Amino acid sequence: MNPEVNHKVVREIASHPFFHGMSREFVETIAVEGEERLFVADDMIASEGGEADVLYLVLEGKVALELEAADRPPITVQTVGPGELVGWSWLVPPHRWRFNVRALKRTRLVALDGGIIRRTLHARPDWGFEFMVRFMPLLAERLENTRIQLLDIYGR
Amino acid sequence: MAVSTLPDPASPADAGHPLAPIPYVVRAVATETPDIVTLTLVPRSTKRTGPFRPGQFNMLYAFGVGESAISISGGSPDGQLIHTVQSLGKVSNALTRLTPGDTVGVRGPYGRGWPVAEAKGRDLVIVAGGLGLPPLRPALYEIFRNREAYGRVEIIDGARTPKNLVFYDEVQGWRRRSDLRVQVTVDSAGRDWYGDVGVVTTRIPDARFDPERTTAFVCGPEIMMKLTAQALVARKVPAETIFLSMERNMKCAIGFCGHCQYQSSFICRDGPVLRYSAVQTLLNLKEV
Repeated sequence: MNPEVNHKVVREIASHPFFHGMSREFVETIAVEGEERLFVADDMIASEGGEADVLYLVLEGKVALELEAADRPPITVQTVGPGELVGWSWLVPPHRWRFNVRALKRTRLVALDGGIIRRTLHARPDWGFEFMVRFMPLLAERLENTRIQLLDIYGR
Repeated sequence: MAVSTLPDPASPADAGHPLAPIPYVVRAVATETPDIVTLTLVPRSTKRTGPFRPGQFNMLYAFGVGESAISISGGSPDGQLIHTVQSLGKVSNALTRLTPGDTVGVRGPYGRGWPVAEAKGRDLVIVAGGLGLPPLRPALYEIFRNREAYGRVEIIDGARTPKNLVFYDEVQGWRRRSDLRVQVTVDSAGRDWYGDVGVVTTRIPDARFDPERTTAFVCGPEIMMKLTAQALVARKVPAETIFLSMERNMKCAIGFCGHCQYQSSFICRDGPVLRYSAVQTLLNLKEV
């Protein structure tokens, strides 16, 4: 095992539902520079427009994804909890957060370096394919949920 | 057709003509949201409507304006009735403007309600969207009274925003019970909301139940019920054990006039609670 790797982080990644069954070598590779971060209620984890260089795995707690508009207060459009991921802007140029991420309660996350993941996915297309096969359904699900929100299903 | 052939609307014999409303007095008005109120009604005399079953509805008559079908959201053996009304049209607007002491006409109860007894021994998933909670409320209290007769009970309540949640304090009380799991979610919220945000269907994968022995009660706008039923079926709950409360424009409420016809059913007589398996294909049609 790479001595630079934080073994606790490797364990947390390996046990996260998204990474279940992925190769140990891949997990150890993306765990380099990875760290656990702790937030309390109302801490800002990321701000819209800021550099997006992190993929967060939610271990405990709950975070809000907020949209900002100049003429109104921020609006929470989704909450994310344990077993889920936060952030894909690290994968999509120009790598800027598209929303705020705010802790709603005590929240424990693993932060993974987005640049390392990108380079790893490029260098090992087999890992890249496996990662995208898992990542795309999450994006599709969020797109579907956004469409349902647009339907205003509680409307008159 | 002669009046004498009209079906018995399940009202006591002293109610007289089945289409004649019985006068009730508004005892209290609680504002749930800016356009939704909960009315507590008591009979003005000894004449009262018959006992109701959870999921049934009454026809409320705003005198001089008209009648509207409103689900029963509570009541007591002494004849008290609770109705939650949203201002949507002329009649419901008049009903939401009632004040204590006003008189309103009531006839009913009508329709088939939630199969609360049939669900005994099974896990229950109860999903309410928007104004879907009031018609489920009597079923919930019946379940609470016989809690040991049921398996796991999961309640999911969704609304557009936190200010659109009805019976909010009551739901918060249910969240403190150890024998229920209550999830509340809204479509969007400001920074003063620390609960879940996301469509109601996103809570189904996280709900705890054994699909093979689960009965689901779903109530809300039709599109919400359709998407929720699809999410339940995706979790392997059989369509036969998912029940939806359908809504149509009702006039006579006794299966006579056809205003609420839904293909071969009359919602007032055969519903409003129907099995998802019976309406599954109809929910995909643009018009029925």
